[in-house]
Amino acid sequence: MSEEYVLQLQHIRKEYPGVVALKDVTLELKKGEILALIGENGAGKSTLIKCCSGAVIPTSGKIIVNGKEFTSMTPQLAAENGIAIIYQEFNNVKELSAAENLFLGRPIRKGIVVDKKAMEEEAAKAFEQLRIKIDPKALMKNLTVGYQQMVEIAKAIQQNAKILIMDEPSAPLTSAEVESMFMVVERLRKEGISIIYISHRLEEIYRLSDRILVMRDGEYVKTLITKDSQVQELIQLMVGRELTETYPPRGDCIKEDDVMLELKNVTGNGDKNINLKLHKGEILGLGGLVGAGRTELAEMIFGAVVKESGQMIFKGKEINPKSPREAIDLGIALVPEDRKRHGAMLGISIKNNINMPIYERNSTLSVINSKREMEIAEKYQKNMAIKTPSLHQLVKNLSGGNQQKVILGRWMAADSELIIFDEPTRGIDIGAKYEIYKLMNDLVEKEGKAILMISSEMEELMGMSDRIMVLAEGEVTGELEKDEFSQETIMAYASAANIEEG
Amino acid sequence: MKEKTLAYHLKDKAIWVVFVVLVLAFTIANPRFINPNNLFMMIRQVSFYGIASIGMTFVILLGDIDLSTGTIISFVNIICAYFMVNMGMPMVVAIILTLAIATLIGVLNGFMVSTIGIPALIATFATQTSFLGLTYIICGGLPINGFTESFKVIGQAYVWIIPVPVIIMALCFALGSFILNKTYFGRYFYAVGGNVEAAKLSGIRVGRIKYLVFALSGFFAGLAGLVILSRTNSGMANAGDGYEFDVITCVVLGGVSVTGGYGKMSGVVAGTFIIGALKNGMVLMNINSYVQNIVMGVVLALAVGFDCIQKKNQSN
Repeated sequence: MSEEYVLQLQHIRKEYPGVVALKDVTLELKKGEILALIGENGAGKSTLIKCCSGAVIPTSGKIIVNGKEFTSMTPQLAAENGIAIIYQEFNNVKELSAAENLFLGRPIRKGIVVDKKAMEEEAAKAFEQLRIKIDPKALMKNLTVGYQQMVEIAKAIQQNAKILIMDEPSAPLTSAEVESMFMVVERLRKEGISIIYISHRLEEIYRLSDRILVMRDGEYVKTLITKDSQVQELIQLMVGRELTETYPPRGDCIKEDDVMLELKNVTGNGDKNINLKLHKGEILGLGGLVGAGRTELAEMIFGAVVKESGQMIFKGKEINPKSPREAIDLGIALVPEDRKRHGAMLGISIKNNINMPIYERNSTLSVINSKREMEIAEKYQKNMAIKTPSLHQLVKNLSGGNQQKVILGRWMAADSELIIFDEPTRGIDIGAKYEIYKLMNDLVEKEGKAILMISSEMEELMGMSDRIMVLAEGEVTGELEKDEFSQETIMAYASAANIEEG
Repeated sequence: MKEKTLAYHLKDKAIWVVFVVLVLAFTIANPRFINPNNLFMMIRQVSFYGIASIGMTFVILLGDIDLSTGTIISFVNIICAYFMVNMGMPMVVAIILTLAIATLIGVLNGFMVSTIGIPALIATFATQTSFLGLTYIICGGLPINGFTESFKVIGQAYVWIIPVPVIIMALCFALGSFILNKTYFGRYFYAVGGNVEAAKLSGIRVGRIKYLVFALSGFFAGLAGLVILSRTNSGMANAGDGYEFDVITCVVLGGVSVTGGYGKMSGVVAGTFIIGALKNGMVLMNINSYVQNIVMGVVLALAVGFDCIQKKNQSN
């Protein structure tokens, strides 16, 4: 094996029951280089780095660290071989000092007593080495996010890490903090430390990295030399899949003069100045990367989070829902992303799930009209084609697709007119996906509803939407009409990269 | 899928099997156990637990706990007696006022849990201690006696051969079952206990539901307190000591999941009867009261342990 590589991942494959997360991925990291790892959501970046940290055991493949061959890592083994990972969520204890955090789990001791002074001196040295100004005695909770990250990096270096893997390190930082993080990272490179840098911000990648490794759908695509590559090319590599899935056709049913929902400069929950218009009979797709602020926008429209400023106009009237109850009564529905946590109530029956938002409407003096309850459940079981032997069946015993149909049925029963879908087909098998798409079509075509669809699946977004708006970091970065849809453009907007400059 | 529902049915029935086995065992150990007089005495004894367990069932269905039940029983004993004896209030007025106050203590719990956000364990623990103190201040630690004859009806009379407290318990169980199965807020208890987030996103105002269950828990504890007061015919500040423990045991033994979201009134009826049989049987067998405490503790741990093991198996 070549001496120049400090870390090599060879033919890594990882299978989960029914899914292949990584297919034959190969990665080579040189001493003292910054290798950027990029790809869409779900491309397999996280799984790959978890193979390096020992959090995930590869099904097959080899991991070679400084010439030593392993079939899998453990967290100890990774640490012994100088691999450290800076996660997005920091592993720190907020109530302890910076120095104590630096030595978390392996404090300097005098007998059984912790030697605070020695730790503070060592910490001061470590911070000095990175040229960052942190008081070792400062409590972690009083440090800014940027400094907390520096403590994490210092901890890795203090533990003799030679390979540093950084997962979206700039995501939680302000732009000034990002600058100082860059300086630290560049200093580390000069000292011969190798860095794998995961980010979806292409400008950062161009600024920092020596080489770029592109992944897509769990596969290795290509490694490029940063200075010889083009933004356009990168985007193409990230999204360049064949569009194979088919989507049920839908007639032209958009009522151009009937605006269902209009947002004017809506700000709050991490989003800034969102403007959009959604017509009756239209499916508006919301594209973007995870954390772009799409779910946050949905939460504001649905009243789960109250907006800070701006206007929301629903069916010609300004609204400001302060709770989901208010939004539901107005005719707004949300089909959440995490079906098991936020959507279905798994431990109760299909009948109860469908009727849940309308029990109060269908009660006289608090007593439920059971006949009506059953009629409604039966009606929407039929409309949604929910496959079940009985409406008394608990929802946890249904397949993902059928659970999703129960939630849809719930909102149809509540007479919702605007339905927000957050990742409508996540975790649903192909056959059931097609059925959900057909149901969505029926909603706009036959029932005259409007749909706002958040989707991170490029194919679904392009296949189902009439228009697409792309968000990045809480702002609208682009809007595309049907004839302008292209994976490259959406990806470019989503990474907030300016195509013309590329 | 079918096997699972079968298992669920078995779980619901199993509790009655336990009850029958217990009755048989005690009968073999001491034939006096099966004597109708003893059985009625047993059911009358458990009626206090049974009445208070309705509200506790609702609270536990939400995944919360109410530790103030025993104190509410004691408090009710003293204030109702005080109203009637020291202040000379008419019986009906005193009863209504007392029940209202018990409910308000529940509302206070609801306020601490729902509006302020104190964990139910701590909030109701605080209520338990402070209202017990208040109880002793009102009565000065002395019993209050001297009620009218008509007040005795609630706890001591019979309709045909059935003691009135048993009838009250039966009505309460029926009401509890009605609330859980027929009213919209009963459905909400399951939804909130099963999945708070999904419940919120279905438009359920979770905060109000919490107020409601704690208020109901206060009300039913108050009702149990009134029945006990009439039964003993003397207002005593220690009347409800430790009741919350037995009531919680009845509820979880009846298959109500301590993490919330699952449980039936019929199960709680069974749980209540089992506790009654255990307590009565152990007394008949002259089992040392300290040993009885050990048994009750083990029963509580087993009941919850059974539920937790099932949950673990399901999530695996």
